[in-house]
Amino acid sequence: MRFITIDKKNWTQGIDQSRKTYQVFGPVRDENGCQIKPLAVDTHPEMDAAVTVMSPKSVLFPQTEKILTATLDESKEDHHIMKPVENGDIPRVVLGIRPYDARAVQLLKLNFDNPDYQDPYWCEAYDATTFVGLGVTHPGPCDFSTAVGSGPFNEEGLDVIMADMDDKYLAKILTEKGEKWAAACGFDLAADARESQALFDILRKEAEKQIQAEVATDQLAEKNILDLYEAPFWDDVAFSCINCGTCTFVCPTCWCFDIQDETRHNTAVRFRNWDTCMSPLFTHHASGHNPRGTRVQRVRQRFMHKLKYFLDKYDQGIMCVGCGRCVASCPVNIDIREVCNRMNDYETTK
Amino acid sequence: MDTCIEKIRAIAADLLARGTVEKVIGFADGSIPMATRPIAVSSPKEVEKLVFNSVCGLNLANYVSKNSLSKKEGKIAVVAKGCDARNLVTHIVENQISRDQLVIIGVPCTGMVDKRKIAALFEDEITGFEETGDTLIITSSSKTETVNKADVLRHNCQVCTHRNPPVYDVMAADPVPEQTLEQPYADVDHIAAMDADARWAYFEELTQNCIRCYACRNACPLCYCPTCFVDESSPQWVGKGQDTTDVATFHFLRAFHCAGRCTDCGACVEACPMGINVRDFTRKLNKDALELFGWEAGLDLDKRPPLDVYSPNDPNDFIK
Amino acid sequence: MENPYLPYPVRIDDIEVATEDKSLKTFTFVFVNPEDEEKFAYQAGQFAELSIPGVGEIPIGIASSPVEKGFVKFTVFRTGVVTTHLHNMKKGDIMGIRGPLGNWYPWDKLENKNVVIIGGGFAFTTLRSSIVYMLDPANRNKFRNIDVVYGARSPGMLLYREELFEWEKRDDINMHITVDGTDDPDWKYHTGFVPQVVEDNAPVADEDTYAIVCGPPIMIKFTQPALTKLGYQPHQIIMSLENRMKCGIGMCGRCNIGKELVCKDGPVFTLEEINQTPKEY
Repeated sequence: MRFITIDKKNWTQGIDQSRKTYQVFGPVRDENGCQIKPLAVDTHPEMDAAVTVMSPKSVLFPQTEKILTATLDESKEDHHIMKPVENGDIPRVVLGIRPYDARAVQLLKLNFDNPDYQDPYWCEAYDATTFVGLGVTHPGPCDFSTAVGSGPFNEEGLDVIMADMDDKYLAKILTEKGEKWAAACGFDLAADARESQALFDILRKEAEKQIQAEVATDQLAEKNILDLYEAPFWDDVAFSCINCGTCTFVCPTCWCFDIQDETRHNTAVRFRNWDTCMSPLFTHHASGHNPRGTRVQRVRQRFMHKLKYFLDKYDQGIMCVGCGRCVASCPVNIDIREVCNRMNDYETTK
Repeated sequence: MDTCIEKIRAIAADLLARGTVEKVIGFADGSIPMATRPIAVSSPKEVEKLVFNSVCGLNLANYVSKNSLSKKEGKIAVVAKGCDARNLVTHIVENQISRDQLVIIGVPCTGMVDKRKIAALFEDEITGFEETGDTLIITSSSKTETVNKADVLRHNCQVCTHRNPPVYDVMAADPVPEQTLEQPYADVDHIAAMDADARWAYFEELTQNCIRCYACRNACPLCYCPTCFVDESSPQWVGKGQDTTDVATFHFLRAFHCAGRCTDCGACVEACPMGINVRDFTRKLNKDALELFGWEAGLDLDKRPPLDVYSPNDPNDFIK
Repeated sequence: MENPYLPYPVRIDDIEVATEDKSLKTFTFVFVNPEDEEKFAYQAGQFAELSIPGVGEIPIGIASSPVEKGFVKFTVFRTGVVTTHLHNMKKGDIMGIRGPLGNWYPWDKLENKNVVIIGGGFAFTTLRSSIVYMLDPANRNKFRNIDVVYGARSPGMLLYREELFEWEKRDDINMHITVDGTDDPDWKYHTGFVPQVVEDNAPVADEDTYAIVCGPPIMIKFTQPALTKLGYQPHQIIMSLENRMKCGIGMCGRCNIGKELVCKDGPVFTLEEINQTPKEY
């Protein structure tokens, strides 16, 4: 790994140069907030944008994605035989991704790339994507990443991490992919390694100090699943929930999807769409039986999955990176930090 | 605004202490600036949790339709602004809850603030929000802004002509003066004046960020169908993906299902994580209901909505 | 990279109406590409996603047995969009199969053991696969006693009737076929609900006896106490669960029961494992 400095005067030019190799994604502001979007030729990322409403997970995992097609035309030899859709592994770079979102990608990887099955669509997109992160010097009030295994200057999952030094960026290149990106941009001004690391350490400490997260997760692993499941506070937690999909859709670590077929004239297409455990239909059997037919059961499922089942199954910490998007966007202000503390502190009376 | 919170708490405590109601549904403080959350309190000592201020933008009538209540629930009290109370009337007229199961704690309202308008005053995230009378003091890590509430009201509150609950069991404050507006539907007229192509482009842009989370539908008290049309599978009416036609169909049809019933409470827009002004659709239908049938929803317990009853005087110039 | 969403193309080779009310049909599929059959090599207890382009997919237990070559069989109940479409398809139609998916009955653990198979209604599909597997000459002496209790509402609702009656005649398997009720005077087997027939006829448990139970939730609910009375411990009761599924490969997150994914960590679980999870199935 090595350090380089990027004069901000050269930044947009470098990005434009890299477009020969990469499709560029980055944060932009619109009337509704900030979003990570593919950047057209004359747009550049707004690197000082606040946290985006939607997470960058859609770069690897679009909300609607065609996965298979078939022709229904019986005069064709391969009628009704499904073929994969090539979604293309055009190299991409996500600029200004926050460290907690990069960790989230690694958590998603546990699902989409495991020893038993690999999702070719997600995996190819992942292999084709370079993550150039920007350390968060002023974490917002909903950021609690330090309490859950991440932090404003964490390097997990990033190919490059940059720090904003007013007139320039100080960049730490972490991987091969990062090197390739820097080369494609023509960013090559080396910086002293020891001094640079020291600067990063200071910035990290300053940023982490600003996060006043009081979220405890240390007791979750040793709790018994059924004790937590039967806990009496779920009715209270779930009362105001309107079972929309907001929390799951803005969340960088939620991965559930639906598979649906559609036809148009003589073509059949199989899509996958983001789905949400908040939806009453999520677990609805064709027979009409629904194991999670009530709102309380669904709300409980979400928090148990995020804070307990995932923890037990993968032993990689909880399925939350502390981005705070669900807290900011939940229409009824259900706060995962409060629920986590309730679960962490819960003792059965027996 | 006199937030009348002390009165609301007193009324709630009294109802609970006497056992008149099993629970009171109201708002409580949220965990982040500019947030409140719906809560149900069931004992007098819990009423201290209740708040009422200019960020109580959701509609609590959403929590008393048939699919929200369990069958054995007893009497419930609901803190209701003008628009919320009108939705409670609609619930009663539509048999979602019986009049005697409800105690309506009416709250005259001078409007809720538009959180997005306030957020747009800042480049970074808001860390504090305080309200005194008609003045709001909002802070972020880089600056503080002092704002008049009137300058940042939600649009539906700016054009509201039913600030006082038309039906109630007890009022938490004296009524506030109602507004009269010269052009209450200026926003609808503006869109209606566009030609078809311009209007289509406008609607495409309006819904382009929709993520089909259904927060709008789920926050709306009117949307209580056990299975929504977008969730039907036999037959499947609407695709579930991001196809623009499917997204538009969801919004158009939902607006039509609310026609003649919507009170413009703004909960849909408040709930939407993407800030989509879905009221552009519902307000058109509200205007039609008013012009074609002289109808505004939720003002009278004894009147049925126009799409519910037939009258020989119903407009029929669309029959050619 | 292999694409686990891509189905093997198959052709419908035969369709049989399986029950008197026509709500179930047994489909025999043949692989369009013969080499796919080997790739599809499966164990008794697994399931597959039947895939109809433009319509959807359904997770169905494999009714044919690994010892039966050249085809795969599934018995499908008509209940929703995809199953209705499937029921209206014809011999020769092309569709797809993804699999084999899920885990299987623990054949290693069952070697040298007595096996009691208990099924109800149309949950008998993977149990058929298991019985044919066990009775195959190459496998029979891996197992000791085999007892089967299988019941349906009426004789016409029993699946694989002809095979059941053939097995009944054999002396290397004890069949206890039952129906809830019948007015057929020639009915020579049991009458009564499965749990009762289990209690009256199933062997008492010892440490070398295992029970495989597959059926509608109501049957399982009442069969469990009967097995407990006979001394079966939770680790000796093997169950195959159902849940709503889409991907079948443990990725879409829908079918979880606690931290177990029914499509990947299951569908076969012991009662001991199920007792440690929330009952969300």
